[in-house]
Amino acid sequence: MVRFEKRPQPSRLFAYATPLLAVLATFFFGGLLFAALGKDPVVSIVTIFWEPLFGEFSFFYRPQLLIKGAPLVLIAIGLSLGFKAGIWNIGAEGQYIMGALVGAGVGLAFYPTESVLIFPLMVLAGALGGMLWAMIPALLKVRFGTNEILVSLMLVYVAEQFLASMSLGLLKNPEGFGFPGSRNLQQYPSAHNAEIIAGSGMHCGVVAALIAVIFAYVLFARHKLGFAIRVTGEAPRAARFSGVNPSRLVVFCLGASGMLAGLAGLFEVSGPAGQVTIDFNVGYGFTAIIVAFLGRLNPIGIVLAGLLMALTYIGGDIAQSQLQLPAAAIQVFQGMLLFFLLAFDLFTNYRLRFGRSEVA
Amino acid sequence: MTELLSLKGLTKAYPGVVANDDVTLSIGKGEVHALLGENGAGKSTLVKMIYGLVKPDSGEMTFDGEVFLPPEPRAARAAGVGMVFQHFSLFDALSVAENIALGMEDAPKMNTLSERISEVSDTYGLPLSPDRIVGDLSAGERQRVEIIRCLLQAPRLLIMDEPTSVLTPQEVDILFETLRKLRGEGTSILYISHKLEEIRALCDAATILRLGKVVGTCIPRDTTARDMAEMMVGKVLTTPKRSGVSLGEVVLELDGLSLPSPSAFGMPLRDVSFALQKGEILGIGGVAGNGQDELLAALSGEMRAPAGMLRFKGQSIGGDGPVRRRQMGVLAAPEERLGHAAAPDMSLTENAMLTGAVREGLEQNGFLNWPAARGFAQTIIEAFDVRTPGPANAARSLSGGNLQKFVIGREVLQRPEVLVVNQPTWGVDASAAAAIRQALLDLAEAGAAVVVISQDLDELMEISDRFAALNEGRLSAPRPTEGLTVEQIGLMMGGAHGMEVAHV
Amino acid sequence: MDLSAINPILLVAALMSAATPILLAATGELVVERAGVLNLGVEGMMIIGAICGFAIAVETGSPTIGFVAAAVGGALLSLLFAFLTQITLANQVASGLALTLFGLGLSALLGQGYVGIKPPRMPDINFGPLADIPVLGPILFSHDPILYVGLLIVAVVWAVLKFTRVGLVLRAVGENHDAAHALGYKVVRIRTLAIMFGGACAGMGGAYISLIRVPQWTEGMTAGVGWIALALVVFASWKPWRVLLGAYLFGGITQLQLNLQGAGVAIPVEYLAMSPYVITIVVLVILSADKSAAPGSLGRTFHASS
Repeated sequence: MVRFEKRPQPSRLFAYATPLLAVLATFFFGGLLFAALGKDPVVSIVTIFWEPLFGEFSFFYRPQLLIKGAPLVLIAIGLSLGFKAGIWNIGAEGQYIMGALVGAGVGLAFYPTESVLIFPLMVLAGALGGMLWAMIPALLKVRFGTNEILVSLMLVYVAEQFLASMSLGLLKNPEGFGFPGSRNLQQYPSAHNAEIIAGSGMHCGVVAALIAVIFAYVLFARHKLGFAIRVTGEAPRAARFSGVNPSRLVVFCLGASGMLAGLAGLFEVSGPAGQVTIDFNVGYGFTAIIVAFLGRLNPIGIVLAGLLMALTYIGGDIAQSQLQLPAAAIQVFQGMLLFFLLAFDLFTNYRLRFGRSEVA
Repeated sequence: MTELLSLKGLTKAYPGVVANDDVTLSIGKGEVHALLGENGAGKSTLVKMIYGLVKPDSGEMTFDGEVFLPPEPRAARAAGVGMVFQHFSLFDALSVAENIALGMEDAPKMNTLSERISEVSDTYGLPLSPDRIVGDLSAGERQRVEIIRCLLQAPRLLIMDEPTSVLTPQEVDILFETLRKLRGEGTSILYISHKLEEIRALCDAATILRLGKVVGTCIPRDTTARDMAEMMVGKVLTTPKRSGVSLGEVVLELDGLSLPSPSAFGMPLRDVSFALQKGEILGIGGVAGNGQDELLAALSGEMRAPAGMLRFKGQSIGGDGPVRRRQMGVLAAPEERLGHAAAPDMSLTENAMLTGAVREGLEQNGFLNWPAARGFAQTIIEAFDVRTPGPANAARSLSGGNLQKFVIGREVLQRPEVLVVNQPTWGVDASAAAAIRQALLDLAEAGAAVVVISQDLDELMEISDRFAALNEGRLSAPRPTEGLTVEQIGLMMGGAHGMEVAHV
Repeated sequence: MDLSAINPILLVAALMSAATPILLAATGELVVERAGVLNLGVEGMMIIGAICGFAIAVETGSPTIGFVAAAVGGALLSLLFAFLTQITLANQVASGLALTLFGLGLSALLGQGYVGIKPPRMPDINFGPLADIPVLGPILFSHDPILYVGLLIVAVVWAVLKFTRVGLVLRAVGENHDAAHALGYKVVRIRTLAIMFGGACAGMGGAYISLIRVPQWTEGMTAGVGWIALALVVFASWKPWRVLLGAYLFGGITQLQLNLQGAGVAIPVEYLAMSPYVITIVVLVILSADKSAAPGSLGRTFHASS
């Protein structure tokens, strides 16, 4: 009979080993999935994980890693603040959309004026848009005790409808021959989030993600606010006893994560995506949830997890064109990763015992 | 007397600890048998084996002459074993009848059951309405639910785990009447306690456990409490000492403090008033759930109070949160160690930071000084003899007594002017309890004002200068401890809760 | 704009149909939460039910077998959640999110060959002359069998929770798992069964969308209904009859906004389409004051330590 027994204290070894074990298990079961779809599992996995980094066209794919990784890391850092405290913002996708809409809207309002002030103004507007959207669940939770999970999630659908309305209406390109979607910001120099070094994939969003990572690292390692977040997540009553104000923490965590998601949206819409369209958002807000957990809510871990998840997007695209591997298979693959992570996490706090059966 | 239950060589080991080591005991029919021992002596594990919650590693049990090894509580109940738990076995949101039905194998229809509940409660003098929601009952009434649940099964052996810890002295008397009546009908009772006088008053035989082993048996009536205590603890105990200090000016004043209940099954505070002087220890007794947690929360700053109801050195502090109060010197240590006073999964260093940040200067401009926090944790560990490999260990890895010493030490070492503690020695072994009481006495002697909230009346009589009791969120007027009789204390605690209709 | 095109009798009949997916999913989740488990994976289980039901109905030609397959599919997926939360003791919020993300991906993968196909139709029950009664006929006696199954499930869940021992034990486990364990009830087993029941109900709710409401398969077609169902359980204070009421309220709103879209009201389509989500939030705010009905152990991890 096998049973689990609580460790006297959490295992450090397993805290680090769990993500690796989860990745290995996902490789294995992902391979089985690919085999079931009639693809060679080894070739599929090599195509997804090796090709973009070291393959023939890696010079093209490597910058993509930054472009796809930056928004994931930026959003996941924000989510990790709340998740650590047991405050569940799962509506980052909506905040991402609202950040992009507000930011792009400010930029487009100035069209065709050229000024160095326009882009910074857009960044501010994007941050504000995401933050205000996240303030809705925050304030409702503080004021009425409403569940932030459901409210933030509902607001994703509201934001998506709002996006549709905007790209078909107010923000529609007047010179777009009736097609939905805004003007292309890549062709509006003052509003374009251009790469800092051409061809490197390094745009302002990547810089912002790095700053966010450093900020989060210092916050958790040295600042009392980071400590308050951690204690609240571990033991909410102990946090209140020590003097943490739960309401302020909810506002801070949701506000900060909304702001970072809004920034990610703005950098995306003004850079790689270029224009506001009905479906410019590709689910980064949801994938970032996986990134945050896979990175164990640790800033450095989130960078690694974000890059890994970006790799699955890029490699997935390659596998789709070369092996006709369906795009949905990658989505399943990402979901599996989160499953295995959660399952293996057991070993951080429990150990396996083989022995006589135990009723209790 | 014929034998009902016999245990031979029962052994149960958990990783790192042998909970029961070769335990042998036997209970006769119609006998009240005491199982005596400190917290952690292995009493709970032993009764869990009898009740089918835990399986022994080795040894054998016989019940009424037959081999007895219940694989689950259901089987134990079917054989005729009933158990009244100390904790964790009632469902707040369900009614009395539903709670009782859950503990029965062949529960009858609800209205039949309600009738039978009324019958049993009349017969044994345990008044209880079957339709009430358990969350609204007092501690004594909740215990009645458990007892009636057992009695409906007509058990041949009734196990009672620390039954009097939640009762007023008057309620204890009523319970003992019920138990004697049961004994008269031939029911055997296994009575677990560490309260020696109770055992002497009630039990026919006693088995004493220490560190999982049987260290002795005795006839309680013929043995002094002191002898039993020394068998239980294994060494001669020193009682805390205090020198009669003169009291100083008033530092803490509560003036008609009234607060609504913080949760559905909580207790509102109603017009609580007292004044506390420097160097004084005020003991606050009362049955659990009568506002103890709420009073601590109101004093620590977790619950805010309207202006004027709460004054520290004449200044209203009701609107200040825990951090501001700590700055002024008003400190607290809540009852629940894991999850309230300390974060279980965090290290002792982090737990030292939890309340020490302000007064120990562990924080500058919002940035935390971790080496200093580690130093503070180390100081606590050394000053209070906390047994742990070091400050990097998680709070949950400490035993109850050691963690409690850490939690009390953390507040005491911050030189409080007012310290409020709730259940400072609950679930703590005797030597740690003595150390904690001595620390509180020393603190008062050094000029601090101390409020000790506790359900252990002996403890309160031992260390406090004045005594008051909480009952339904109201505090009785504090009276000097010297010369208080048990009857007076019982009446201050509200007499027997809900017993107005009882005629035993 | 032509509001007269909206026939109140047909609207009521249609709202019962619109409410059925939410009703099924929310009733299942209610049982799960009454057992003390918060499964945020309802959306994932619904979409898996939607594709399983759709695919099997197309392959077998029988919508009934499709619904059975949907229930099985939802229950199987929920077993993953049960494994994570009951065996490996993972956080319920995170596991539920994982279930939804995984379910959305897996359904897209399974549904690749089924885009653009029409499923076999499930005929309405023939009540004979009853259907011809004015007003009541179209409202009560003109529906497919699953709609009545949904109502039956609500009634059964209500009766079981209120009157039976199974229901009492389930509530006890949800109220205080430590006490239930101490009395010898198998907390993990009971919760796993409750989770599977919730999965089966959600799966049928999803299939109702893909087989009856729409009826076709598109990726992500549940569009947040699973989340609305979760909100509904809170709204209903964990009481079955209030779930029914809430589901019909949301069904009514959904149907009304569709009818308004059809009638060409001057409000843009997008804003009408937002309305169910916005109203969900508003209702959550209005009713969030009363949390006392929540099961005591809801969302807490149970580990039997002795």
